[in-house]
Amino acid sequence: MTQVQRAPQPQQKGEDILVDVKNLKMYFPVMQGIMVQRKIADIKAVDDVTFYIKRGETLGLVGESGCGKTTTGRCILQLYRPTSGSVVFDGQDLMSMNAQQLRTMRRRMQIIFQDPYSSLNPRMTAGNIVGEPLVVHKLVKSKQEYRDKVAELLTTVGLNPYMADRFPHEFSGGQRQRIGVARAIATRPEFIMCDEAVSALDVSIQAQIINLLQDLQDQFNLTYLFIAHDLSVVRHISDRIAVMYLGHVVEIADRNELYANPLHPYTKALLSAVPIPDPIVEAQRERIILQGDVPSPLRPPSGCVFHTRCPIMIEECKGGVPPLREVAPNHWAACIRV
Amino acid sequence: MATLLEVKDLRTHFFTPEGVVKSVDGVSYDVQEGETLAIVGESGCGKSVSALSVMRLVATPPGKIVGGQVLFEGQDLLKLDEDEMRKVRGNRIGMIFQEPMTSLNPVLTIGRQMTESMELHLKLNKSAAEKRAAELLAMVGIPDAARRLPDYPHQFSGGMRQRVMIAMAMSCNPKLLIADEPTTALDVTIQAQILEVMQRVAKENNTAIIIITHNLGVVARYANRVNVMYAGRIIERGSAKDIYKNPHHPYTLGLLKSVPRLDLPKKEKLDPIEGFPPDLIALPPGCSFRPRCKFAVEKCMTEFPPLQAAGQGHTAACWETQKVNASFVQSQKGA
Ligand SMILES: Nc1ncnc2c1ncn2[C@@H]1O[C@H](COP(=O)(O)OP(=O)(O)O)[C@@H](O)[C@H]1O
Ligand SMILES: Nc1ncnc2c1ncn2[C@@H]1O[C@H](COP(=O)(O)OP(=O)(O)O)[C@@H](O)[C@H]1O
Ligand SMILES: [Mg+2]
Ligand SMILES: [Mg+2]
Repeated sequence: MTQVQRAPQPQQKGEDILVDVKNLKMYFPVMQGIMVQRKIADIKAVDDVTFYIKRGETLGLVGESGCGKTTTGRCILQLYRPTSGSVVFDGQDLMSMNAQQLRTMRRRMQIIFQDPYSSLNPRMTAGNIVGEPLVVHKLVKSKQEYRDKVAELLTTVGLNPYMADRFPHEFSGGQRQRIGVARAIATRPEFIMCDEAVSALDVSIQAQIINLLQDLQDQFNLTYLFIAHDLSVVRHISDRIAVMYLGHVVEIADRNELYANPLHPYTKALLSAVPIPDPIVEAQRERIILQGDVPSPLRPPSGCVFHTRCPIMIEECKGGVPPLREVAPNHWAACIRV
Repeated sequence: MATLLEVKDLRTHFFTPEGVVKSVDGVSYDVQEGETLAIVGESGCGKSVSALSVMRLVATPPGKIVGGQVLFEGQDLLKLDEDEMRKVRGNRIGMIFQEPMTSLNPVLTIGRQMTESMELHLKLNKSAAEKRAAELLAMVGIPDAARRLPDYPHQFSGGMRQRVMIAMAMSCNPKLLIADEPTTALDVTIQAQILEVMQRVAKENNTAIIIITHNLGVVARYANRVNVMYAGRIIERGSAKDIYKNPHHPYTLGLLKSVPRLDLPKKEKLDPIEGFPPDLIALPPGCSFRPRCKFAVEKCMTEFPPLQAAGQGHTAACWETQKVNASFVQSQKGA
């Protein structure tokens, strides 16, 4: 098989890159055997992914479940130790850091999870959930300072400080997600990975949390990796968007460019599959309905991993993995047909 | 078109140690033959319970249908005995749930699960039932259908399992298909496949659909008419076009303004509904939406507004429908 050289993405001089990911691979071994465990295969959850996130910007990461979004995010935070590639945070190489060094770095990188129900410890009060990172990272000196900080954090996310003594089950779904947000910003991080942070919420509550995330970004100059499968939400919140399919980034562009001028056939199908909340628009829309299911990452198709479902596939697509090319300024796509 | 289903003043409550949960509290609507009706609203507003009530599948206790009528082809389902009701279920009314794994039996082959009900309801013999099962699976787009009959549910992907559910629900040519969040657990490209299949097979069989969803895009694409629910009641009903283009209830308006739209220029900020839905055990007096409502007046504190006419076949349960509608129309002009 031909190995195609991937062009690194250029970085304009003077741009402040906070997160720089190059040729990232995360393979999970599949083991078999009763007495002796042998590796029989690899799940290629993330397979040669390259992108960067500028300080203060939001990079949206979209794609269907199992395509490697969460794994990519966890690799950035080094919650998984990547198989290969490099992850540089604010100029520092995270891959070469030891556990102690990473603990210090983690103060600067946080996660907001999808499920406000299961991600909060049900036996801790809201106040202690929010305040715990302050203690772990030794950011407060006294009980009083702790209480003040917690009250301030709760206020920042739109909760009332008197709610600090309540337990998670006493809150609504949207309020629980606010607690998760308060906990994530407690250490004054620079970078937050929002992993389906609003996906489980009802639309009216979802809009509240999205607005909150945007306000906090302005207030604290936060950088987000915003992972979601709802393309309308991702477009609303992101500056740039990367589209993943089966472990690969297949397209990356500015928000407006990606939606106005999608290049990769997978991106096109994904966009056309999103129903628009307007019956008149819907009645006139063209749809690309993809055939079949996403293949297993255990046995990804040869060549372009999308070729088995691609409406414009040709013989050559089965050959080599198409490189991510800059097709238009700052608009990258991995398809030999564009 | 003739009326297929008429639900009148349905009330389903749950009697819990904490109090009475009024999950469905005076819901009335109808479904015409062959049409697609959507029920939308936030989680916990009573969508599933209202559908389960029609099928008489509410867990009793703690739940109980405490009032109303469910007229299906003129017959009140709430008056049938359990045996007669079983004949209606899966035969004249089919149902599809969000998570197919919970409604498929994991230890029976797909073939057996499908043939069982056809042998029972359609009185087919084994080989005829198997032939029909294979046809149905092919109809919903399962490749190599005949060879998949001996497979077990876990051998199918999430999307394929939902196709199997559609095939099973359609196996006895029901007049009505109730689909409760059929694609909520699926990815968008698979969601699109499943909804197209469901719509196609329903059309071919002149089956009416009640689709329950919280996805306003899905409603816009597939529904003829829409019921918007809030806190156990229908607060607005109308054609899909009326609901989206000419809403008269502040909750409907709030929903429409909360969602970012892929096809319009990006807004700086979304316009959420403040607050959160009420506890169905302790509903506020007056209108249950009042604590979150920007249009509330004195009267809303004390009197629950009945459904008021807002146009042809269009009603909304609000004292201030005109103001709400004017505000929406105004905001659309600006957009
Ligand atoms: N800890 C793990 N061990 C083995 N396989 C994993 C692990 N985490 C994720 N995977 C696999 O990697 C692939 C990508 O998963 P994930 O990153 O969670 O996808 P996404 O977040 O896009 O839904 C999936 O096939 C998943 O099953
Ligand atoms: N078995 C039950 N016991 C008590 N309350 C219930 C039960 N089932 C449903 N409910 C309540 O009924 C209300 C409506 O639920 P449901 O119809 O499932 O909402 P949805 O609109 O999300 O489908 C909810 O507030 C829920 O808590
Ligand atoms: Mg994930
Ligand atoms: Mg439900």
